[in-house]
Amino acid sequence: MLKHETLEKNSILLLIGILIVVSIGGIVQISPLFWIDSTIEKVQGMRPYTPLEQAGRDIYIREGCYTCHSQMIRTLRDEVERYGHYSLAAESMYDHPFQWGSKRTGPDLARVGGKYSDQWHAEHLIDPRSVVPESIMPAYPWLAERKLDTRNIKERLQTLRAVGVPYTDEMIEKAEEDLKAQVDPDSRAARELLQRYPKAKVAKFDGKPGGEVTELDALIAYLQVLGTLVDFASFDASGPNLR
Amino acid sequence: MAHTAVERRAFSDVIAVLGCGLGILLGLFLAAGTSDSVMSFHGALLALACVVGAAFILKDAFGKEDPTAEEGYYDGPVKVALIAAVFWAIAAFLIGDIVAWQLAFPALNFDLPWTSFGRLRPLHTSAAIFAFGGSVLIGTSFFVVQRTCHARLAGRWAPYFVVWGYQLFIVIAGTGYLLGVTQSKEYAEPEWYADLWLTIVWVVYLLVFLGTIARRREPHIYVANWFYLAFIVTVAMLHIVNNLALPVSLMETKSYILFSGVQDAMTQWWYGHNAVGFFLTAGFLGIMYYFVPKRAERPVYSYRLSIVHFWSLIFIYIWAGPHHLHYTALPDWVQTLGMTFSVMLWMPSWGGMINGLMTLSGAWDKLRTDPVIRFLVVSVAFYGMSTFEGPLMSIKTVNSLSHYTDWTIGHVHSGALGWNAMVSFGAIYCLAPWLWGRRGLYSQRLVEWHFWIMTVGILLYITAMWVSGILQGLMWRAYDSLGFLQYSFVETVEAMKPFYLIRATGGLLVLIGSLIMAYNIWRTIRGDEPVDAMEQPRIAAAPEMRPVPAE
Repeated sequence: MLKHETLEKNSILLLIGILIVVSIGGIVQISPLFWIDSTIEKVQGMRPYTPLEQAGRDIYIREGCYTCHSQMIRTLRDEVERYGHYSLAAESMYDHPFQWGSKRTGPDLARVGGKYSDQWHAEHLIDPRSVVPESIMPAYPWLAERKLDTRNIKERLQTLRAVGVPYTDEMIEKAEEDLKAQVDPDSRAARELLQRYPKAKVAKFDGKPGGEVTELDALIAYLQVLGTLVDFASFDASGPNLR
Repeated sequence: MAHTAVERRAFSDVIAVLGCGLGILLGLFLAAGTSDSVMSFHGALLALACVVGAAFILKDAFGKEDPTAEEGYYDGPVKVALIAAVFWAIAAFLIGDIVAWQLAFPALNFDLPWTSFGRLRPLHTSAAIFAFGGSVLIGTSFFVVQRTCHARLAGRWAPYFVVWGYQLFIVIAGTGYLLGVTQSKEYAEPEWYADLWLTIVWVVYLLVFLGTIARRREPHIYVANWFYLAFIVTVAMLHIVNNLALPVSLMETKSYILFSGVQDAMTQWWYGHNAVGFFLTAGFLGIMYYFVPKRAERPVYSYRLSIVHFWSLIFIYIWAGPHHLHYTALPDWVQTLGMTFSVMLWMPSWGGMINGLMTLSGAWDKLRTDPVIRFLVVSVAFYGMSTFEGPLMSIKTVNSLSHYTDWTIGHVHSGALGWNAMVSFGAIYCLAPWLWGRRGLYSQRLVEWHFWIMTVGILLYITAMWVSGILQGLMWRAYDSLGFLQYSFVETVEAMKPFYLIRATGGLLVLIGSLIMAYNIWRTIRGDEPVDAMEQPRIAAAPEMRPVPAE
């Protein structure tokens, strides 16, 4: 019979014992998520982020928006009534990393896309209390002043493709053009962008037509796409919703 | 292969200086070769740290030979870690209190990127858990493993590398957040290059710890060391898996995490909850298992209980992560499994609490006379409270109310302040006179003040968060008589204001307490005569300074 004394007198056995014991939980809970198909039920409409949306997402992460805003509507009646259809696993399948969050000092943002105008977002980000007097959100005036760093947008998309986001060669090739096209409505480039990224919103989001692409443009472009890709009018929870 | 002590020493010095040289080259390469200004700054920081390190090693190598320097316990690194811990405690409390006031008065964000809540909040959590908690863990583990193994710490420069390398990691991580460099994974915000640096430091930490155990002159490995070992090994596993990421370029700070969506969420909370389980629990139980019996001068209550709760604690903890993801898009079977194990976790947690508290058997009077032991024991009581609250909050129906609210924040702080900070302060108050060879602390009365100010601060904090969390959770789900949601979101934000004020006041008290401690520790280290030596227990003095009882 194994006596505990054996482990207590041999540091390597103790080490191995610990490693075995602490590995089991993770193996059982995490690894099946990669091979059980029902973990992420495929739905129609999901596509990778446009270059501008992805750049906005990177700003969202940089400013730590996730410390106060979740992006995960739970399957509870009041949440569905307040925020919209509960979040599907497929809706964050291209999110590296996920932004489900853990605290709602501000409201959930999983379906904030389309709820407010671009102008509202611009004013709200520059001075939240100008549109919501009781808000305790910090102001982000620098986003409107900073030119968006587009220098390595192609490399960013390439890296995302390497970790599993299905960007095509064409999407990567045209990354910079697409990024600029999204703030240039009615242009030929914008029509091409929409073919590559259906349902993308094209606008000069910060309300300054013809100006440089700002960080504010990118962040609002990201906020406006959140939760809008899946058409819930035709979604059936009992399936099938395969593409 | 002749191995004389001089040769071995020279060899270690050469390796250490070469390592520093490599660091300088890499740092300068990064600083000069990138268009990413943060990477450039961090490269320069690495180079600078390595220059200082090399200068320190060379000064020692060519300095006067001290034949006794290689004998006895190796406490230099422990002293550095102790001072770092006091510094980071104050930093963590200060930043925490600033963000607490920001939530009450948003103007305090100053409309600047570097001072806005979203960047300061990770700075606060990392300063508290990793800078303060980590420094305490490294320092105490190096102290405890030597005493319980009757062996000198392994390595000549390796222990210093662990302590200072870890501090460099903290500075790189923290300045990164302020400059907008983050992975956004909670409690794993540092970017890929900081993660790689920490991995190197951590592997050396494990080797030093195991090397010291291998040298032991005691047949048995003491229970505190099981917990320290579990903490070191498991944190390494969690850190590596959760931070798997692909950098955009080797010369840039930005990377993308390997996993996405639901798998990333599960991996993150497997990591996140076990940062609590192994960093803040297993490691700190190691502290409890040494300092409570030592300070109370009583043996550990039950050896059998320590075996049972050790293995069950580390086995069950690792399953508890999914309770952070109830009612989300995570598959239901994982949520249920996570909840079940979280509830089970109550038992091994209380096993540790009982073993700690019952060690006081026959010495309960010390709770009245020795404020240091009061810190240690009250910390164990807070541990018991928050490990009851945790399983409660992991139950799905409770979690549907508590999740996303301040209740979680209150729970975290009753653990982090009540348990981790208090047990750390108890250990720090023990260690300062022991390490610096003093007759006692400069002032035991100041420890009393610290204890009561901090306790009141914690109670204000957690009661405010209970009320605000439950209030907001109920307001979110309240319906009016017509069946509509009763409150808009911003109305629930408005209702939080009084509680945010109470919380920030509580945090201020905790901060004031830590400043009192810093003053007391500084006077102790400086060698000022204790003002109340007669009131302090015999154990407060360094071993060589303790009065021999008259027989």
